[in-house]
Amino acid sequence: MTTQSILICGVGGQGILTASDLLSDVLLQAGYQVKKSEVHGMSQRGGDVISTVRYGDQVFSPLPALKETHYILAFEKLEALRNINYLSEKGIVLVNDFEWQPLPVAAGFEKYPQDVVAQLQKLSGELVLIPATRLAAELGNDKASNVVLIGLLASRMDIDKKIWLEVIHRKVPPRFLDLNLKAFESGYGFKP
Amino acid sequence: MAKELLSGNEAIARGAWEAGITFASAYPGTPSTEILENIIRYKDDIYSQWGANEKTAMEEALGASFTGARALVAMKHVGLNVAADPLFSASYIGVTGALVIISADDPGMHSSQNEQDNRHYAIAAKMPVLEPSDSQEAKDMVLEAVKISETFDTPVMIRMTTRTSHSRSAVELGGRQTPPVPEYKSDFAKRNLLPGNARKRHAVVEERLKKLAVFSDSFAYNTIIKGKERVGVLASGVSYQYGREVFPDAWFLKLALPYPFPVKLFQRFAAMVDKIYVLEENDPIIETFARLAAPQKEIVGKEVFPLQGELSQDVVRASLGLKDMTLRHAGEGVPGRPPSLCAGCPHTAFFYNLGVLKVQSKGDIGCYTLGALRPLSAMDTCVDMGASITVQLGIEKALEKAGKTNPQVAVIGDSTFFHSGITGLIDVIYNQGKSTVVILDNSITAMTGHQENPGSGRTLMGQPVRQIDILKLVRDGLGLEHAYEVDGYEVKAIRELLKREMARPEPSVIVIRRPCVLLYRKAKWSPMVVDKEKCTRCKTCLRLGCPAISTDVDGKSLINVSLCTGCGVCAQVCPYKAISYADEKGLHIGAMTLESFAKGGGK
Repeated sequence: MTTQSILICGVGGQGILTASDLLSDVLLQAGYQVKKSEVHGMSQRGGDVISTVRYGDQVFSPLPALKETHYILAFEKLEALRNINYLSEKGIVLVNDFEWQPLPVAAGFEKYPQDVVAQLQKLSGELVLIPATRLAAELGNDKASNVVLIGLLASRMDIDKKIWLEVIHRKVPPRFLDLNLKAFESGYGFKP
Repeated sequence: MAKELLSGNEAIARGAWEAGITFASAYPGTPSTEILENIIRYKDDIYSQWGANEKTAMEEALGASFTGARALVAMKHVGLNVAADPLFSASYIGVTGALVIISADDPGMHSSQNEQDNRHYAIAAKMPVLEPSDSQEAKDMVLEAVKISETFDTPVMIRMTTRTSHSRSAVELGGRQTPPVPEYKSDFAKRNLLPGNARKRHAVVEERLKKLAVFSDSFAYNTIIKGKERVGVLASGVSYQYGREVFPDAWFLKLALPYPFPVKLFQRFAAMVDKIYVLEENDPIIETFARLAAPQKEIVGKEVFPLQGELSQDVVRASLGLKDMTLRHAGEGVPGRPPSLCAGCPHTAFFYNLGVLKVQSKGDIGCYTLGALRPLSAMDTCVDMGASITVQLGIEKALEKAGKTNPQVAVIGDSTFFHSGITGLIDVIYNQGKSTVVILDNSITAMTGHQENPGSGRTLMGQPVRQIDILKLVRDGLGLEHAYEVDGYEVKAIRELLKREMARPEPSVIVIRRPCVLLYRKAKWSPMVVDKEKCTRCKTCLRLGCPAISTDVDGKSLINVSLCTGCGVCAQVCPYKAISYADEKGLHIGAMTLESFAKGGGK
């Protein structure tokens, strides 16, 4: 199998690295070679965060290539647009229907674009909007939005659901397990 | 054997454990920080500690090596500048137990002030340098480094990069080697670098390099990978991975030990191909050696591939014109998302006050460097660790000589002050500087993700220790008459102190104390709320740059309840008293010290 790429993006603090760790572990259990890259440091202070996961029979580079990424999993709409150039022509964008103003916007220096969804529609092979933050909040904690999004991604990928659940059971601390399982199911069963 | 997905830094930590290392030290710095944070997983087997800076950390590791113990020291690339002095001495002295030096370089400057290539240091200090290309190799290289170090009596550097440190890939786990039993035996001729001894040691170093060059030719991780075409790629580090994607049919010579350069191995490789591409990040180091070793061969290097930034399969392809890099979305209309001080950050009120007083501080390295970004925009220099105080003294003295006065404020964090700010402050006191030094003491090394420091009250391994009190240190220790302390959330008190001390023609220190907001974990804070009747859209609160404050559709200020910690700074700056606590009796961070919060009570 040729190398596949998934890019996960959002805002520091949204649980992006936890999500990409979970995804990488699932792919490893599914028998693929996996490489994951992540951005640390300054980005943890409210900046944009990207993590990419590449998998296949033999993976060399941990970095995604422009126009070659198969899925973009975006935790915030603007961040999906920021990274859209990585998407392959028929690539799929799964995006949290959630807007988080960057500080320059909040402080009135810049404007949040009003047509993000329309632009994403135009530039992606397929666009799925999911209110992951709201769904997670309804389950009791909006921080579980990352696992809602992982659930949605899982429903699109050809990997046995049992592996996803096994990895969640193994990686999530017991007191958050129930919340995360529900969050996963909520994303997995999501119908746009 | 079990396989686990590890980051390069986790793999280094694992390698340290497997190699029988028993001493590890570091000063935190991105991208190297997680090495020691992962070594504490093995705290029954490895003693580990944060040094006050990279120099102290390296000297402590060298001391451990003197006993025969295996030691590791880790730092970011610019940290090695600080530790350069012991680096060169360590090379002359050699080792007893292995000494492994991790330098985590930052091509692309993800979080650094430059992108220096620290392989130059290995060459200058005449010691071998290893460059892993993924996590498996990162672990393997620690084991190899220990072997090389003890076989050749040399410290060994491992050059990580942001990409190898922060990428995850599968690693096979192994068992732990039995560590040597340490015992200190005096060795005057080897370890006391009086000139008479050092001259003899230099001769030893030159002989050692010759032996290492021979070893490099046969080192198992310097590998030739057969190809189908007469095209070759010479690569080191993660660049090898990019090369494999771009040139699937080429021959490869992958150098895990780029220095000393394996001349004979390279010449054998060069004979198989007609043309060689050299892939390495930053400077043309293996390229320079390759050109010397095969002057007749067609070699493509840094005249095509960039000196700046990280490589990637895209960068390699684009450099060779192999990929159309036209973007479908040019990025216009996508506002940037720069990092910012957190909601409730105890540095915010200070920077806001600088804006009110129209002062540009001389800055330093830490979270508070973000005070340079808009809307706070209150820092116009940031040079290196500790340079706030010293740069300021230089400015002051140069102006003074010309008969000019210009009240200056230097700003430095607690960890950076312990790292190398204290020596600058000694210069200020000794040389009778008049400037004001502000020490933002949040009791933790916050920017790199909350590492303990001498002011934190506990060690890396979790042992509670006496906190070094910065106010006492400068007032009672250095004898500074004008040293004051103020709470980071007291907007007016900070401003009055600043005004008074800036006007004073004597050196002074203001310690702004308040633990990092992120240390008060897992609280349901009672947030601030805006009275829309009173809000006049003056945007004063927005000048704080607090991520919890934005505006609503009417342009009136809006506070995000899930981000707000109730620090109350915005209520203090609002000229119309439009901001107040949503619940006076609720839990407000501003009303709590960290100690009282831990006990579940108020101030």
